[in-house]
Amino acid sequence: MTNDEQSGAFVALIFVGGILFGFGLGFSHMAQPEVVLSFLQLVDLGLVFVMGGAATVTAGTIFLAMRFRENAPLTGRPYERRLKSMDGNVLSGGSIFGVGWGLSGICPGAAYASLGVGNYPILIGVAGMFIGAYLQAYWRSMRAESGAAAVGAD
Amino acid sequence: MIDPLLATLTFETLFPNHIWHYLIGGIFIGLGVSVIYLGTGITAGASTFLESTLSYTSRLPRLQQHRFVTSRDWRVVFTLGIVIGAGIYALTFQSGLLTSSLHQPATAGQLQDVGGVTIWTTEVSWWRLLGGGVLIGIGTRLGKGCTSGHGVCGVGSLSQTSIANVATFMVVAIGTALLVGAAGVSP
Repeated sequence: MTNDEQSGAFVALIFVGGILFGFGLGFSHMAQPEVVLSFLQLVDLGLVFVMGGAATVTAGTIFLAMRFRENAPLTGRPYERRLKSMDGNVLSGGSIFGVGWGLSGICPGAAYASLGVGNYPILIGVAGMFIGAYLQAYWRSMRAESGAAAVGAD
Repeated sequence: MIDPLLATLTFETLFPNHIWHYLIGGIFIGLGVSVIYLGTGITAGASTFLESTLSYTSRLPRLQQHRFVTSRDWRVVFTLGIVIGAGIYALTFQSGLLTSSLHQPATAGQLQDVGGVTIWTTEVSWWRLLGGGVLIGIGTRLGKGCTSGHGVCGVGSLSQTSIANVATFMVVAIGTALLVGAAGVSP
């Protein structure tokens, strides 16, 4: 971390942001895999309001911040949109994630929040996510070492 | 003119548990992202925590990238915040200490009283959580984000990459969940 990112204010703000984020996941029942699955099985479409509400608030913040200020006060980072480059990994990764999400009803943020509502069985899912993240890192490290893949996948 | 009765029926069919707790929860999620963004310029996603935390113990070059090592400490703080924020929900609304007509009690899973606090546990099978978790770990890291990184921050940025990713995982997840349901796997 840079010095800015070790400051008490930086850490406190990240913590407060996480608390709001986790409270929202709890209140919206996204911490309950059953509710996510009922959306994906088209029984209850309420999840569109969760993602839509969150994205709308975030969009307003990002575009207003970019309009009125250059840099964030705690880090000096420029206010920018979250833009990732497009490549095949975006679609294949999204597809693999989609199978996992449709099978289990969990996703990373909601899984952490699920621990907070007392859902200890979700630890199995969190362990699975770490295993999966390690597997893809191992696979991509091997590919990079053998020179089979171009550097700079993202 | 849409017949009001028909409109009501359709709405209740699509949203049998109403929409307010979904919308309010979503607004809180957006506020969490916004607070962090306004202060730091960082668009926080939840899945990078997986790789950045693995960087504490793994020497894989992929996991020792600068961006993981430099962000891993605050990502632990962010994730702890998520757990505690959901814990505050559990202590208040889930435990019945606070109630609101805009809050919906859980209709699935198991609620139990543990020392005065109501905890909620899932009934989804362990193998679905584990198998789904592994695929999620691979897919979010390969695909550069998850429902918060792409779905909230990326879509909120009107990023075409994120919109493509979200459209892909939505279609695939709906197909998968419908297949799993059709195969009779429940919960």
